[in-house]
Amino acid sequence: METILEIKNVTKRFGGLTAVNDVSFSVKAGEILSVIGPNGAGKSTLFKLISSFLSTTSGEVRLSGERINNLAPHAVARKGVVRTFQETTIFRSMTVRENIIVSHHLRSNASLLGFFLGTRAARIDETVFGESADAIIDFLGIQAIRNELASTLPQGHLRALGMAIGLATNPKVLLLDEPFAGMNHDETMHMVDLVRRLRDERGVTVLLVEHDMPAVMKISDRIVVLNFGEKIAEGTPQEIQNNNNVIEAYLGSEDAAIGM
Amino acid sequence: MKNKHIIAIVGFLIGVYALVPILIGVSGRTDFYYTLTSVALLSIASAGVWLTFYIGRINIGQGAYALAGGYVSAILMTQYGMSFWATLPLAGLFCVVLAILIGLPILRLRGVYFAMVTLVLTEVMRLAALAVPITQGAKGITSIPLPGELSVFGITVIPDFSTLANPKIGFYWMAVTMMVIAYAVLWRIVNSRLGHLCRSLQQNEELASSIGVNTAYLRVVAYSISSFLGGIAGASFIAISQSIYPSSFQVADSVNFMLNCFLGGLGYVFGPMLGTLMIYFGWDLLFTTGEYQMLIYASLLIALMLALPNGVLSLLDKKKA
Repeated sequence: METILEIKNVTKRFGGLTAVNDVSFSVKAGEILSVIGPNGAGKSTLFKLISSFLSTTSGEVRLSGERINNLAPHAVARKGVVRTFQETTIFRSMTVRENIIVSHHLRSNASLLGFFLGTRAARIDETVFGESADAIIDFLGIQAIRNELASTLPQGHLRALGMAIGLATNPKVLLLDEPFAGMNHDETMHMVDLVRRLRDERGVTVLLVEHDMPAVMKISDRIVVLNFGEKIAEGTPQEIQNNNNVIEAYLGSEDAAIGM
Repeated sequence: MKNKHIIAIVGFLIGVYALVPILIGVSGRTDFYYTLTSVALLSIASAGVWLTFYIGRINIGQGAYALAGGYVSAILMTQYGMSFWATLPLAGLFCVVLAILIGLPILRLRGVYFAMVTLVLTEVMRLAALAVPITQGAKGITSIPLPGELSVFGITVIPDFSTLANPKIGFYWMAVTMMVIAYAVLWRIVNSRLGHLCRSLQQNEELASSIGVNTAYLRVVAYSISSFLGGIAGASFIAISQSIYPSSFQVADSVNFMLNCFLGGLGYVFGPMLGTLMIYFGWDLLFTTGEYQMLIYASLLIALMLALPNGVLSLLDKKKA
């Protein structure tokens, strides 16, 4: 498999604090890769660096060979690397369908003026976006909440909506921020299944940050472990479970933490 | 739904173009022409403020653009002998350029920080008008000519206002027509994808940029449109008063533009129009209460905002539900 995303010697310092220190790894096209680590290990910072919500102090992020760090977030999204957020981050006063339709922005062919004037290209865009939104709703199995206001949704549905928003941008690489947090076992398994289908049916490469170890072990092709901003291990779930460095990082709660 | 819209629009147009002139003619209260002209022009400036609310920014600086637009029009007319009709779009465009220059740095701010900077903006514009030679300081610019004739290919579209028996009627038609166009444009913006993107910005800027919306660009676009409306409203005002002073538009005016939006309803395109009408007439009607005018006015405003936090137009929603 070819490498789609390459993180090369990425470092981020906030004043005297080094949040991410010389981290390198690569993500292959079509794989599901999880980034794990104890609290404060720099996982979220790394995600923000990849999506250009933060700028790197040094190092590079490359998408299919093209440098994408230190751009504007919307420019990175335009290139196909899209970050979804934890469940609070949605467009609250829009319905589920409106949320998904507006998130098709990247695919529009018409200009803003074109939309204002209602040109042919704009009308075609609107039709295509509507159809695509319906397809995403069917894919995620959330037909029942199609016209619900996002602010009224329970947590599980919000998570699905977050994923729908990510999907609407037609990403090459989707960054999922704690997709299983706060979910019970059944919900988690459903979500694991969903992320797999995302990859299998839509060919999306998935990079996720997560605390839920059993889910991570189940879903990931490979895992990268961070501790105090440094990469301490990388490998298959099997390799990670038997890695001494990792066990040490989670010391004291190793069994529970790595789900053995 | 669609039919209901058309009926409402036709009804509104008949109201402002036929009913109002007829009623004024019957009652003989020609002073209402001036009042309604002011409401129409103020509601145009308020429409701009409303649009900045729509991208999630509290704009208390519209007075600055109204003043700038007014001065551009006044200077071009008195010193360069241009026709009012030519200065009107130029005043708007000048404000657009100004809005881009000012907006680029300050639109990065959010919430109360943005609001504070815009509040200062009005005062800065007033002081600038006092200091810069071309605006003639506190003396202001006076004896600005009435709008002349506007003709296209030799056909007179708008007659010379000084030849009219009552120029106030001319201004009424001008102001109302501008208002209708401004709100039609605003309505179209809100109901096209542009409006959906503005709403995405209002509700969650981070998410908007992560789905690929160029948030910085869109903010400047919305703010420029807002300032354009402020500029042409200011220019039209000084054409009526035929004079402009640094104090023509002050912080209080900027605050009023914002209040109009609040009162009418931030979620409704026609909210600022209704809000302007209510505030303007409310203040005038309370004139008879003399020294208690401000007290009653302020208490009523507070009570209305407590009772209807989403604006007067939210009453329509409740009826539906």
